[in-house]
Amino acid sequence: MRAFADLLDRLSLTGSRNAKLTLLRDYLRQTPDPDRGWALAALTGDLSFDAAKPAFIRKAVEARMDAQLFRWSYDYVGDLAETVALVWPARPGANREPELSEVVDALRGATRADVQKLIEGWLDALAPTGRWALLKLLTGGLRVGLSARLAKQAAADVGPVPVAEVEELWHALHAPYEDLFAWLEGRSERPSADNPGRFRPAMLAQAIDEAVDLGKLDPADHAAEWKWDGIRVQLVNEGGVRRLYTRTGDDISRTFPDVVDALRDEGVIDGELLVLREGKVASFADLQQRLNRKAVDARLLAAFPAAVRAYDLLAEGEQDTRTLGFAERRARLEAFVARQASPRIDLSPLQPFQSWAELAALRADPPAGDPQAAEGLMIKRWDSIYQAGRPKGPWFKWKRDPMLIDAVLMYAQRGHGKRSSFYSDYTFGVWTRDAGGARILTPVGKAYFGFTDEELKGIDKFVRDNTVDRFGPVRSVRAEPDAGLVFEVAFEGLQRSSRHKSGIAMRFPRISRIRWDKPPGEADDLASLERMLEQPGERDQ
Amino acid sequence: MIRPQDLLCPRPEGLYCPPGDFYVDPVRPVARAVITHGHADHARAGHDTVLATAETLKIMAERYGADFAQARQAGAYGEAVARDAVEVTLVPAGHVLGSAQAVVRWKGLTMVVSGDYKRRRDPTCAAFEPVPCDVFITEATFGLPVFRHPDDGTEIARLLRSVAQFPERSHLVGAYALGKAQRIIRLLREAGWDRTIHVHGALERLNGLYERHGIDLGPMAPATSATKQDFAGEIVIAPPSATQDRWSRRFPDPVIAFASGWMQVRARARQRGVELPLVISDHADWDELTATVAELQPGELWITHGREEALARWCELQGVPARALALVGYEDDDDG
Repeated sequence: MRAFADLLDRLSLTGSRNAKLTLLRDYLRQTPDPDRGWALAALTGDLSFDAAKPAFIRKAVEARMDAQLFRWSYDYVGDLAETVALVWPARPGANREPELSEVVDALRGATRADVQKLIEGWLDALAPTGRWALLKLLTGGLRVGLSARLAKQAAADVGPVPVAEVEELWHALHAPYEDLFAWLEGRSERPSADNPGRFRPAMLAQAIDEAVDLGKLDPADHAAEWKWDGIRVQLVNEGGVRRLYTRTGDDISRTFPDVVDALRDEGVIDGELLVLREGKVASFADLQQRLNRKAVDARLLAAFPAAVRAYDLLAEGEQDTRTLGFAERRARLEAFVARQASPRIDLSPLQPFQSWAELAALRADPPAGDPQAAEGLMIKRWDSIYQAGRPKGPWFKWKRDPMLIDAVLMYAQRGHGKRSSFYSDYTFGVWTRDAGGARILTPVGKAYFGFTDEELKGIDKFVRDNTVDRFGPVRSVRAEPDAGLVFEVAFEGLQRSSRHKSGIAMRFPRISRIRWDKPPGEADDLASLERMLEQPGERDQ
Repeated sequence: MIRPQDLLCPRPEGLYCPPGDFYVDPVRPVARAVITHGHADHARAGHDTVLATAETLKIMAERYGADFAQARQAGAYGEAVARDAVEVTLVPAGHVLGSAQAVVRWKGLTMVVSGDYKRRRDPTCAAFEPVPCDVFITEATFGLPVFRHPDDGTEIARLLRSVAQFPERSHLVGAYALGKAQRIIRLLREAGWDRTIHVHGALERLNGLYERHGIDLGPMAPATSATKQDFAGEIVIAPPSATQDRWSRRFPDPVIAFASGWMQVRARARQRGVELPLVISDHADWDELTATVAELQPGELWITHGREEALARWCELQGVPARALALVGYEDDDDG
């Protein structure tokens, strides 16, 4: 338990992806089975307990110490698990610290009444960090800023093997994954991935470099289709098991029962999850109403009907089709989708073209309807097999040009890790009028990348030289019509938002250019953003 | 009947002793001062006369120049010094080099002003000595049950493990310039770290002073260098404010560590951008504060500064009369 607690402790304060990978990989290498497997399961979300409610923990601690002293402690720390971990008045004569696997085993066999006694005994035996980790585990919220994907990457690094191999196996494995580690450490054969309903690692596209790539590619060798603006998913019906996965293998079946039920025949579809009303794509904001919900009800299903728009067919019946060429898979996909005869599964149509110029024109000026909301085009070799990962060559994505506005830097916040000495997170605004008619800035977004290290130094200096106010790690900077800093901000779309003061939320904003030359007074105003909102298809070139 | 408040009473300048006509750790310039230790919020320049340990006087001279007071008197540990009708004895407090409790005796009444103190071992200063007394006047910087400092050896082991785990990064440890920095360096030496330790310029003079007092800090070098890679795998010690400053950019992707009792609370670490909090404090934690009261069994406990309400509550539950003096001017931040 101590190693696991130390790991969580470090992860919770570590920002960089590489550092997180190092911490977890080292833990997995140094910790014996089955503890490391249970830890991996806890981090990927495959192990969770509902063993202790906050009220029980509070009662247990207040039985041992003055309620007033506990209240002051809790007020100061602000987090129940952390407070209890620190103040816990341990009774002397406690047992040795439990290992993670002992905790897991004991909880599995325990009755509700036993559980409370067990927890108190463990809290007595553990040091504060161990108590904190235990309480986080028991109350079902590790929240250490580590995605399931990153946890699988760390496990793959133990081998090392490509992460796609771990992902393909994942749903055939069970915690504490002793067979996985035996294989990664070369002590046994690769475990069988033959598990009906498993996830197949997704094939991803490279971003196209128009100047370099297009000249080398023959249009006749390639198919094109829209890249829809939803989330990439895999819909599986195999051996009677039906599931919906994200492109990283997270199982979201329970959130989308309407989509899962629509796949009648056995097979595996790769597609885009969208909200579709009468065959028309709704906004990404509508899809967000369905994502991240554990429970769905009839009202939500009716208001935000989800569907999969199919790109590819990875299995049909019992046959794995991934080794067939795209042309063959596509032909099978069309027939397969037609057989499902469901409005919840439709086909992403191919866009025929003769030349790259013709395709470029289509991308620049998409026809009315759904394509206007597409993120861009996908270009796929007709003979490409379906390979996990992001192989170079067979598939390209050709995104549409982003929307651009000129906005004024208003606030800057310190970054994390490598950037902790820099003001690197920027809130920017555009002009509007206040109630009295005066021209003022209103924040419209936040961005923390898009600039080089050299440019960052320049902006950081500007922030320090032009600070007008400070709030903790945030500085308010000078932003007046003739003094301040203008950013050209690129973004992928705009949505109405009641959570933002400006009423607008940007998708994927980043700094595209720093306009040292431009007076802030000439930056855009809110009205021009609102016009972009009304015409979602129009992109600023 | 002699009352404690006749011997020591709070005034805006600090704790005042009328029969001895002196202040303990005054926050404004006064005629006669007794200084418990060299931290800037306790030891200020500009008093007429100062009584302190020889080490504390040297620390003050190092910081403020030799003329920081018109007259200076060094009190050896355990040696009674007369201040008018009052007898003042300086006794080790275990906080930093030269730190002392001021034991004040008058007409059979003994009051102890602890200054800042801790009860655990510190290789850079003399250990706290408990003195039986009628009134114990304590600090309460960490006077909440959440503050329970772990063994410093385990914290140093965490630092060294991280250094081994991230050999391509430097470890930048924020530590208060007086006491904490030297204690961290000594603890690293005891844990077997014999490489050169790189230090920020602001630490050099106090490091030298500690070394002149026989505390061997081992090989050290200024943290200046031509290339970033020179610091990969190295430990750098700097004042806490420097770790987030532009100064820190000379290091390759540094792991920011901070040695302080405040690092016990995760939100505090997050707020300061600390990736590796080291809970190492020169103050008594909750258990030390309460154990000290239980050990001394004073007739009364007075609390100078910190989180006095929780410690007063604990005393109330134990039946020890306690009083919060609410003295202002003592910082409770960086020197934790």
